[in-house]
Amino acid sequence: MISGRERAFNYAILTLFAALALLPLIGVVSSALTPAAESGPSFTWPHHLDLGNFSTAWRQGHFATYLTSSLLVALSVVLLTAVLAILAGFSFAHFDYPGRSVLFYVTLIGLMVPPEAFVIPLYFNLRDTGLTDSYWSLILPQTAQSLAFGVFWMRNFFRSVPVSVIEAARLDGASDWRLLWRILVPTSRPALLTMAMLVFMWTWNEFLLPLVMITDESKRTAPLGLAFFQSEHTTQYSVLAAASIIVALPVVASYVFLQRHFISGMLSGAVKG
Amino acid sequence: MAATAHRPTARKRPAGAPTREPVRRRGRVIQWKGYLYALPALTVLTVFLLVPLGQLVQISLFHWDGISVSTWAGFDNYTEIARDPQLRAGFLHSFVLILFFSVIPIALALVLAAVTTRAGRLRGVSVFRAMIFLPQVVAMVVTATAWTAIYAPDGVLNTALRAIGLETVARPWLGDFSTALPAVGLIGTWLEIGLCLVLFIAGIGQIPAELYEAAKLDGAGPVREFFAVTLPGLRGQITVALTLTVIAALRTFDLVYVATHGGPGNATSLPAYEVYNRAFGTGQVGSACAIAVTLTAVILLLTFLITKVQPQEDET
Repeated sequence: MISGRERAFNYAILTLFAALALLPLIGVVSSALTPAAESGPSFTWPHHLDLGNFSTAWRQGHFATYLTSSLLVALSVVLLTAVLAILAGFSFAHFDYPGRSVLFYVTLIGLMVPPEAFVIPLYFNLRDTGLTDSYWSLILPQTAQSLAFGVFWMRNFFRSVPVSVIEAARLDGASDWRLLWRILVPTSRPALLTMAMLVFMWTWNEFLLPLVMITDESKRTAPLGLAFFQSEHTTQYSVLAAASIIVALPVVASYVFLQRHFISGMLSGAVKG
Repeated sequence: MAATAHRPTARKRPAGAPTREPVRRRGRVIQWKGYLYALPALTVLTVFLLVPLGQLVQISLFHWDGISVSTWAGFDNYTEIARDPQLRAGFLHSFVLILFFSVIPIALALVLAAVTTRAGRLRGVSVFRAMIFLPQVVAMVVTATAWTAIYAPDGVLNTALRAIGLETVARPWLGDFSTALPAVGLIGTWLEIGLCLVLFIAGIGQIPAELYEAAKLDGAGPVREFFAVTLPGLRGQITVALTLTVIAALRTFDLVYVATHGGPGNATSLPAYEVYNRAFGTGQVGSACAIAVTLTAVILLLTFLITKVQPQEDET
């Protein structure tokens, strides 16, 4: 049992570190709420709350455009990754064929190599086919990268489905296709949700790939837009802070509701290369 | 990844279980359909990841500016990494960052997890966990803008230092040659400590309580308890934490791109930043590819070493 003193001490430590984790982010929020006139080059504490910075950032920074790009790219990557990972995960978990484990390990390479490794040749390949500066140049490579994790994740989950469930479906005469979509996919909803959240977050936060592939301003993703916005707004931190919140909010909001999925997914050894 | 990759792979098919596919039990017939299901994913992976990876190695053996005809370079681009002081510095900076991203957070988180041994069973611990873990999900660009405000010449840090009379210490932290790299490193410490702490608290929750009781009965103090029970019990989690944070340190790009652009001078230049800069800034594509190959090799080697040094455990 925990003594009262020990418990108080544990709470104190946890509070201290929660505060340390939150303080820089609270600084951003409080600066964003500071009226532009009171704003300085760093964090500010508002005398009265003002939401004007958000509309200023939204207008000046073209964040409506950037968020649309990010949303379009992230949702496409999530959807594509989910479908392809379900199919491949099913293949690696339930079929028997030569080269199966070799192919599986080949997909895992994507977990270990950083994007820095393939972004250069990828850029020249896509440039030669005229795909740079298009959403495809973001969607397809990021799907490839997410697939390494997705296939690994879905295969593990499909393997953990009790054999009796699969046998029962087979006895009912279910085809492979039906078994996958009617039995396995519905039972793997929590795993799918975790995967979708992680892939959404990775894609949303990705910076290098859009930086390399996109020159057209109207196709910039939110983090890329923020980086350009930052270099133009060094004196008025409140507007930059508001822009930062706009960029971080979609992921942070989903994290607030689904933090268990985020944490368990990321800690289960999800090394996205 | 490494920890979870080695799950037991034996197919659990009870002998004699009723099945419609007797062929499968014999394990002789090839289930061709399996290739079909894996094909779409493998195609995307091949075209957008594996082929570029091969091309990377190929380009690294040429002098190429990205436009004109490339010329054979052999290993010139690689020997340049050893010779060029700026590139050598980049790799050296990476190893300094490992100290800040991995060693300090893991050491701190271990001590904290040890003193909060029973924290996993506290009420409301999931709320704390969510807050401590939050830096992991915030876009790096946002983190960088938050910290540039803290480190700014008139930023929070300097204001605080002046308020307690340490004006001489105050400086533009990211603009000062001697402090820029540690300042970037500290952002990494802030980023990773939550990850390590959450991992270790979860890990301690899985250590059987009897082990702690046994240690207490043997008269072990808190220090001996830590080395005899907590530390061995967290081996798997430490491996995961090391892998994740070392990779994060070596891959650092966004943070430096937004916060310092590698400066001042090249005080915070890092391999990943040099890869980008040379390929898309200064037109040294061959050299950039050689750096990328080297960086990838270092990452793979360190990941391999981390998982090898730890005795194999059946860990989930």
